[in-house]
Amino acid sequence: MQDISINDTKRICEVVKDKYGYDFTNYAMSSFKRRINRVMEIKKISTIDNLLAMIKNNQIAKDEFLHEITVNVTELFRDPSFWRALKQVIPNLFLNQQKIRIWHAGCSSGEEAYSMLIVLEEMGLLDKVEIIASDIDKCILEKAKSGRIQIRKMDINEKNYIRYNNNGDIRKYFQYEKEYAVFDLELLKRVSFREINLVNAVPFTKCDLILCRNVMIYFNQQLQKDVIRLFHESLFMYGYLAIGSKESIIWSDVAGKFLVVNQEEKIYKKYKD
Amino acid sequence: MKEEDLTRQYKAVAIGGSAGSFSVLTNILNQIPADFSLPIIICCHRLKHIRSGFIEALEIKSTKKVTEPDDKESIKKGCVYVAPANYHMCVEVGNTFALSTEEMVNNSRPSIDLTLETCAYVFKDKLIGILLSGANKDGARGMKKIKEYGGLTIVQDPTECTIDTMPKSAMAITEIDYVYPVNKIIKFLNELHNYQNKT
Ligand SMILES: C[S@@+](CC[C@H](N)C(=O)[O-])C[C@H]1O[C@@H](n2cnc3c(N)ncnc32)[C@H](O)[C@@H]1O
Repeated sequence: MQDISINDTKRICEVVKDKYGYDFTNYAMSSFKRRINRVMEIKKISTIDNLLAMIKNNQIAKDEFLHEITVNVTELFRDPSFWRALKQVIPNLFLNQQKIRIWHAGCSSGEEAYSMLIVLEEMGLLDKVEIIASDIDKCILEKAKSGRIQIRKMDINEKNYIRYNNNGDIRKYFQYEKEYAVFDLELLKRVSFREINLVNAVPFTKCDLILCRNVMIYFNQQLQKDVIRLFHESLFMYGYLAIGSKESIIWSDVAGKFLVVNQEEKIYKKYKD
Repeated sequence: MKEEDLTRQYKAVAIGGSAGSFSVLTNILNQIPADFSLPIIICCHRLKHIRSGFIEALEIKSTKKVTEPDDKESIKKGCVYVAPANYHMCVEVGNTFALSTEEMVNNSRPSIDLTLETCAYVFKDKLIGILLSGANKDGARGMKKIKEYGGLTIVQDPTECTIDTMPKSAMAITEIDYVYPVNKIIKFLNELHNYQNKT
């Protein structure tokens, strides 16, 4: 792995923006540089100059580049204690209304949305919820829509579910094929998957609950601030925001417009416009 | 130890450890001065899906408070940080942490290599890297990077380690500055504390 200088990252960001229309300047540079190295390894490119030339000459497809640059690692019921806490919160969403809207921003291959479907199904609330799941990465959205999870990943998923529920068997929501476990398509069809780039997104609807977990860790503080403002605008009054268990909203200028619902699990509630 | 290795104006101590390193870490944390001023950044392999208990266990005997940093939290003097379960813990230019859920590195998340390499890049020759007992080669590349950037490298003496693969892998690819048993590592940190306070 080679060290990429600050100057190199600037050049890369410029060319990528020019060519693909995506702006990575406000990403966290430590991980961005590793992802660039990863693209270079996969594509067997030895220098930054070669990488830039290949992007300019259309030798690396935009979707492929984006897919390798983003980090898609996810799990079903990641952080089981978070899902237990969220389950306590969900009934509050129905205090003033019959139907609610949930947005998973940065849903990756879908596991977070599948988990939500299972929770809602088990609470008997599925008919009262509209779910939107979005990501910047087209390839990963296709995967999310297919419901397919590699069998080797199911072990941890099954364990997480047991930790969430104290018992039970998540396998009942899947059809096991040779290489894949396929998520219940009847449940899956309730999710509307969309391609949304949080870097330049504008509020597109109002939600009652937004989950954006382990996405903003790839952004710098400035971009985190912008995205949290976007979420604040996209929430109804008294709507909820859930972020990753090691993320924070304290440096955002709208932090004061949220109440902390659960500090450990990073669940917040909008209480000021 | 050479005097010049003690008197440099260090900015951080980074420690990596795996199998057999937990008791070593508690020993270190319980025998350094309570006002040890350099930030201590620890990356230690731990059970991936058990979030709680680890910090508490480390803290019981520690002279200092031990925390898992949030993403983009700034690195403060006198604090002890431990990589959270299931996240890589990196350091970013501007002295903040940057957490990541990237693929495992050396079968590990957190990976010691990532912590040490990013520390090396940010702190350059103002960094002390310490690698303890462990059963895989994670951390070796990180120690190499620290050395390349002019930082000080110390490994736990393999003859004393519960499992010596980790320090040995580092020694195999880098000329490590000091190979020390734990009591000497602790003594070094205490002397360092005195020197850093003098200047
Ligand atoms: C580590 S995954 C998080 C998955 C899931 N939320 C979880 O916590 O398990 C991060 C996702 O954020 C997406 N992402 C990165 N930058 C983005 C952006 N600018 N807009 C939208 N999504 C983005 C990536 O494509 C990736 O799928």
